[in-house]
Amino acid sequence: MSEPVARIRRALGTWDAVVLLALVAVAVVGALTIEGVASPRFWRFVVLEAIPIALIALPMTLIVITGEIDLSVASVLGLTCSVMGQLWVSGVTSLPVLILLSLLLGGALGAVNGLFITGFGLPSLAVTIGTLALYRGLAYVVLGDRAVANYPTTWTTSAIQPLPGTTIPWMILVVAALAVVFAVVLHAMPIGRGLYAMGNNAEAARFAGVDVRLTKFWLFVASGAMSALAGVFWTLRFASARADNGSGLELAVVAAVLLGGVSIFGGRGALLGVLAAVALLGVLRNALQLAYVPANTLTVITGSLLIASVVGPNVAGMLRERLRRRRTTAPTVSPSS
Amino acid sequence: MPTPLLTLDGVSKSFGAVAALQDVRLELHAGEAHALVGENGAGKSTLVKILAGVHGPDAGTISLDGRPLQLSGPADARAAGIAVIYQEPTLFPDLSVAENIFMGRQPLRSLRRVDYAAMRTRAAELFARLGVRLDPDRPARGLSIADQQLVEIAKAISLDARVLVMDEPTAALSGIEVERLFAVARSLRDAGTAVLFISHRFDEVFALCQRITIMRDGRWVSTDPAGTLTVDEVVRRMVGREVSAMYPKQDTTPGDPLLQVSGLTRHGSFTDVTFTVHAGEIVALAGLVGAGRSEVSRAIFGVDRHDAGEVLLDGVRLPNGDTAAAIRAGLALVPEDRRQQGLVMELSVERNTNLPRRWSLARAGLLFGGAERSAAATWAQRLQVKAGRLTDPVSTLSGGNQQKVVLAKWLATAPRVLIVDEPTRGIDVGTKAEVHRLLSQLAADGVAVLMVSSELPEVLGMADRVLVMHEGRLTADIPRTRADEQSVMLAATGQAAAA
Ligand SMILES: Nc1ncnc2c1ncn2[C@@H]1O[C@H](COP(=O)(O)OP(=O)(O)OP(=O)(O)O)[C@@H](O)[C@H]1O
Ligand SMILES: [Mg+2]
Repeated sequence: MSEPVARIRRALGTWDAVVLLALVAVAVVGALTIEGVASPRFWRFVVLEAIPIALIALPMTLIVITGEIDLSVASVLGLTCSVMGQLWVSGVTSLPVLILLSLLLGGALGAVNGLFITGFGLPSLAVTIGTLALYRGLAYVVLGDRAVANYPTTWTTSAIQPLPGTTIPWMILVVAALAVVFAVVLHAMPIGRGLYAMGNNAEAARFAGVDVRLTKFWLFVASGAMSALAGVFWTLRFASARADNGSGLELAVVAAVLLGGVSIFGGRGALLGVLAAVALLGVLRNALQLAYVPANTLTVITGSLLIASVVGPNVAGMLRERLRRRRTTAPTVSPSS
Repeated sequence: MPTPLLTLDGVSKSFGAVAALQDVRLELHAGEAHALVGENGAGKSTLVKILAGVHGPDAGTISLDGRPLQLSGPADARAAGIAVIYQEPTLFPDLSVAENIFMGRQPLRSLRRVDYAAMRTRAAELFARLGVRLDPDRPARGLSIADQQLVEIAKAISLDARVLVMDEPTAALSGIEVERLFAVARSLRDAGTAVLFISHRFDEVFALCQRITIMRDGRWVSTDPAGTLTVDEVVRRMVGREVSAMYPKQDTTPGDPLLQVSGLTRHGSFTDVTFTVHAGEIVALAGLVGAGRSEVSRAIFGVDRHDAGEVLLDGVRLPNGDTAAAIRAGLALVPEDRRQQGLVMELSVERNTNLPRRWSLARAGLLFGGAERSAAATWAQRLQVKAGRLTDPVSTLSGGNQQKVVLAKWLATAPRVLIVDEPTRGIDVGTKAEVHRLLSQLAADGVAVLMVSSELPEVLGMADRVLVMHEGRLTADIPRTRADEQSVMLAATGQAAAA
């Protein structure tokens, strides 16, 4: 087998390729069998829904690769929405200023996570479950049950403006640009090499001069800032800042990251697979909704997919080993024993 | 000849395209110590793992007492009376040393409660037999590689097995520990145990074993009584050509002091360590297991923090506990434990080789596949790393080849001061000479080399000066001309503290 052919074979065998193929298959089958999936409106909705998930999934991918997790992202989003709403009500009327303050707030909230995790050596799962509750609680303290909805329509329409000649919102370009940045950092920069190393073996990474704690700290800051950006988008898209914005979104993000082939134990995965998984889950959910599949069934399907993606590779490996052993040791069994 | 206790016949095993074993045979008799030797990657550890039930063979049979033996897992092997010490220790870091030894067969009290007191006493007895000073209650995490190895040995011996398989058990041990291990192995052998012993140190092979089986490239070459063989003959059959076993250090005139360590102290590990290594010099740091040599290396490199003292590199003070800064200043450390500290086992050979210099390999901040590949290939070739593809995980390499990758990784950074901790652990004769030649060459080029080694011939052959540590303190500084086995051992055991 020549080297290019072998390389293509290996590429097709990767999980990224599996997820991409599944995405294409779901889109094609959906378009052929479900009324409305082929329409441009459908794709507009899919993209609008996927944008905040994708924004948060970018840093989440890097974090999970280092063996950590950030479950506070949706609460950071919610708190950012609340604070942005409160600032607008109290007279901050410049959109760039609001965006900047939101990003700073998100970064600071992420830094708090990072400090507890790297400074005090606490597990990120515990810390971010704590801040998941804390930040959401603060969101209610800031805004209560109010909804701030009187943003200028120019702002709200500009956020979801389609690209000329299509129905796809222009924000997708922002997501794409950020995705390129994160992909380059992860896959083509020295930092990325360090991320994979520390996710697999933090001690060996330290022996190679990787500053594990500092790197993780900045990843959590990035995660906070990206969640805040998603919060700004959320506010403008729905023209409404509420304390419960984005509740439960962290599960959608983590689901996409894991389905995208990132190992929950760290050290493994790629950004392409995650982006494909964000799209796959979005298309699947919206297509099934159009087919009048009840919401509970949708949840069951997403959950099963997730379990399959985590368990699948392990079971396949076990079966292969079992088969190999049976084949090779069978002839040596003596009838007398 | 009586029926062999254990027989392997026609055993083959492949990993994908790599044929690790082809048609290998082996006979072990009760009451014999049998050596298995071969180059790195010859298939020794693969054979051990088949005996241990870890791998199933692709073809061939194993029989015990002349009856076919089917091993579908390590539990089967243990039940059949085969105890195995793997090349790489595999302890549970969060369990105590005693719990590790009795894992899965803890002594019980009524109601199936674990009898911790009995477990502790039995562990202490085992350690006394091996002459090891280890607290059975301490967790396995943080044990030096030699201590981990000793715990594995205690575990295997406590099984009272009929077949004891030891895959390079001595690679991290110094002379005294090896002698104690051999005393135990001989008494087991004389009591009727069959011992299979793997080592790259031929003096050990000839000291312990009655018969020697030689392997090359996954194939059986010969099995002969040890008395009919010489070291040269063994090496020739292993390698298939003549190699010089040792490469003596070239003489160089020491230049400026490059590494200056003064008053370095880390509470509980070492105290007031002061020495200097000059450009062009190879300084050996000798001592017994647990003397604190690796701890000193780690503190100099900044992986561990120190409590007092300072480290100067070419006159510039290194910040305490900052490995990245130490690497930037031109320091490199080949650590003792390649699995935990030296390598990221899941990553490829290429990624591992380039990890410490990922910043300098980048062009405009970006890494391009081609540059990474050729950088790794150059060093893999210089150290004769035997690997399928450079993109294969380093875990698929044999132990010695993994060690070569660790060396490549740090030599590639072109260090000014190189600290090597057991640099040739698990490396075969041919490559060992090559590593020694490389170290000597580096010194000739003006690098300051600090070498921690438990292997006395290596220390005496390579070092311009020998520093000896005993219980966390430097006890001797012996120049090359006066260094011999006796002076080093006296200082290492604390009997020459005045020197
Ligand atoms: N899990 C694995 N996957 C792929 N290849 C493997 C695997 N384990 C071993 N090999 C290959 O099998 C060959 C034999 O390896 P093995 O570990 O048995 O060598 P060895 O004789 O023990 O060498 P050393 O002296 O270096 O320990 C090597 O080429 C190695 O790369
Ligand atoms: Mg081996």
